Amino acid sequence: MALSDPQICVHLRDEGGPGSVSVDARFQAISALLEQGFRVAYGQPPSADGGQGADETVAVVEAKSEPDFASFPEKALRSAEAARERSGAPKPGGWLPWFPVIDYDRCTNCMQCLSFCLFGVYGVDTAGKIQAQHQDNCKTNCPACSRVCPEAAIMFPKYKSGPINGDTVSDSDLQREKMKIDISALLGGDVYALLRDRSERARSRFGKERDADKALAERQKCLTKLGEIMADVPAEVLASLPSPEQIARRAEEAKARAQQALAGT
Amino acid sequence: MNPTSAASGDAIGATTSAPKILYCHCRYAQVVPANVKNDVLRRLCESQAPFEAVPDLCELSARKDPTLATLARDGAVKIAACYPRAVKWLFAAAGHPLVASQTEVLNMRTLPSAEIAEALTSGQLRPNLPLDHTPPSASASQPANNAV
Repeated sequence: MALSDPQICVHLRDEGGPGSVSVDARFQAISALLEQGFRVAYGQPPSADGGQGADETVAVVEAKSEPDFASFPEKALRSAEAARERSGAPKPGGWLPWFPVIDYDRCTNCMQCLSFCLFGVYGVDTAGKIQAQHQDNCKTNCPACSRVCPEAAIMFPKYKSGPINGDTVSDSDLQREKMKIDISALLGGDVYALLRDRSERARSRFGKERDADKALAERQKCLTKLGEIMADVPAEVLASLPSPEQIARRAEEAKARAQQALAGT
Repeated sequence: MNPTSAASGDAIGATTSAPKILYCHCRYAQVVPANVKNDVLRRLCESQAPFEAVPDLCELSARKDPTLATLARDGAVKIAACYPRAVKWLFAAAGHPLVASQTEVLNMRTLPSAEIAEALTSGQLRPNLPLDHTPPSASASQPANNAV
């Protein structure tokens, strides 16, 4: 599924006037539509100029008053599916929207995330500002980059706990000077020897989440899982997966790009 | 520091036109309790207030969906989703930053459904996005040299 695929918005309106469809039927219809990946606008007519969003296709389902309210959810879903067929929009679920969201109230543009990410999620805009540019490259459930951000500026809204999930970051959680991490050391050096105040990790709530060796372990887990997923891929292709040394080299290259971007601002 | 206004959570009174309502179904994760999501949606249906429901706000942000532009620019909006900080930057990431003084986010991960539904359908707006803040640049705060 591409992020640019057409989207369907279902405009749901009670033609028979408010209350002509039971609350249950309306709730079931909207729930079913949402579960199938459709956006729903209730009680609002579709905008002629696309002001409600440049939807590729809009299906208007008029909830006419009818004796059998149980058919309303099915009718709504059928109309929406028909619109999807016409537009060629893919079915939902092809991509899980797991990706880093940067809090620019906190981000200092240090580029450590750019250096660290194995999958090319990050890039730099024309003004030299770090961005998550390739969200669909991000590996589901991997929050490793948020753990190496010295400013706690990276969120994953679907993460289980704060502050990575967007909860507020308290000053007591964030020990800024002590959590800045030499990324090159993570990749090839003695992690433990290069972290300052290791005991602070145990005491800090955020320290339990922002842990350099956890970040490295998760990054390595991503690589291992790639190998498992691609078990039927020819050996010569598997051999081209990055080795730890290649990771280190790529990180250096990314770091150089980041430094160039910073020097240019 | 460049704080902007209206993020104190204080009500700014009844708005001249009813705030738009956006409900996020958080379809692709289980971090919002299902009973809370369903109860909020059901109460919205009961209220007969017009609203927009999206399967997943994260997905819309990644797609830079134009719907977010309409919601962000056209007056007051109340959003039933997750943490205000996350919602603020999801909209910003899509290129459609929310207006802090015109936005209230109801966190379905932490608040009871009845409270969320009541807030969504009331005429009052209680803006609660985090204040804008300009952090120091990286050149002013380089990573410390942790070499032993």
